[in-house]
Amino acid sequence: MANLKDLKGRIASVKKTQKITSAMKMVAAAKLRRAQEGAENARPYAERMFRMVKSIATSVGDTEGAPKMLSGTGGNRQMLVVCTSDRGLCGGFNGSIIREVRARLREMRRNGTDFKIITVGSKGHDLLRREFGDNIVAKFTDIGRRGVKFEEALGVAEKITDLFEADEFDVCTIYFNKFQSAISQIVTPQQLIPFRVEAADDADDDADQKTDGPRAVFIFEPDEEEILEDLLPRNVATQIFQALLESSASEHGARMTAMDNATRNAGDMIDNLTMTYNRTRQAVITKELIEIISGAEAL
Amino acid sequence: MADTVEFELVSPTRLLKSEPVAMVVVPGAEGDIGVLPEHSPLICTVRPGVIKIYEGDKVTEEIFVAGGFCEVSPTRCTVLSEEAMMVADIDAGEARERLSEAEKALSSSDEDGREKAEDERRIAEAMVAAAASA
Repeated sequence: MANLKDLKGRIASVKKTQKITSAMKMVAAAKLRRAQEGAENARPYAERMFRMVKSIATSVGDTEGAPKMLSGTGGNRQMLVVCTSDRGLCGGFNGSIIREVRARLREMRRNGTDFKIITVGSKGHDLLRREFGDNIVAKFTDIGRRGVKFEEALGVAEKITDLFEADEFDVCTIYFNKFQSAISQIVTPQQLIPFRVEAADDADDDADQKTDGPRAVFIFEPDEEEILEDLLPRNVATQIFQALLESSASEHGARMTAMDNATRNAGDMIDNLTMTYNRTRQAVITKELIEIISGAEAL
Repeated sequence: MADTVEFELVSPTRLLKSEPVAMVVVPGAEGDIGVLPEHSPLICTVRPGVIKIYEGDKVTEEIFVAGGFCEVSPTRCTVLSEEAMMVADIDAGEARERLSEAEKALSSSDEDGREKAEDERRIAEAMVAAAASA
């Protein structure tokens, strides 16, 4: 039978843990709300940016002079951007994305495809370093500590654009957790380069277009190529920004759920321990009584 | 024919403005572009400068943008900009400080950073000009 003092100590320690997890849960809930708001606010920009790129893309088409970022380079060297969190204690958030990415990477390795990785968030870097350390070309940490900023996305985008211009890869895909609800986040790959017209789900955008009439008659100022040269990197940044926002909302959601579970588990554990504690206490008293009584009888 | 055009100003973090206006003048990369209803479809880049919203013959609102893109359709005018603020909210002193800092950065920049520094200086310059005209 466990002794009383030990039990008391354990109860106290579980209680402290519970306090921490419930505080973390509340912090995550507040941050989640903010992150969701951020994602909501960023949507109009992304939608319009996408519409613009699409109109130009359809007008430029596959002509000779089309920028490589739009038409692709024809090669198959991959670049993966992996969005994870900086901190743990957020349930399966990092695990699920890493699992998916790892499967993809192993397949590429088997097929002999050349690939490079950019990690966002220190957890992703830690988890991928051992197996694919040589392929990691850049890592970004401390993103979104105070809410995701557009400048941060711009930094990541610049790195990608530079590498693309240096002809380091042909196709770039970003992996992030798409926020569904606090309980479910979906690992989503999204191709950044080359630009894919059907990439985003823009059902309402199509409805928009009908009211605007035919599309192909845009006047461009300066010409298409010059606008695209400016617009495509911006579009990459915007998509990254969007992904980072989704990822940050997912992180807080996942953490909230994980901490909620932890708090509940701690509660159960405290109940159990308290029960054992009381049983033990009674047993000790009974034992003492028996000892006194039998001692008195022996006289 | 509608007598207003739906003007939208969007930054990455939020939708800054969305309202019908009589006319809007956007600082295009190759000259200012006045947008009235039934404008033909146009896509252009925007240089750092001031967007002016007209009501009749008067300017009702002036918004500073640090460059971006503009898409015009017969019913709509959408400006995407990474940085935008009301001209009245610009602190002239701060803008000048930004300009001098940008100039410093430009003079000390190397080959790689030159382009970026120049962009920043252009933005700061336009900001100072906007503040002076307000």
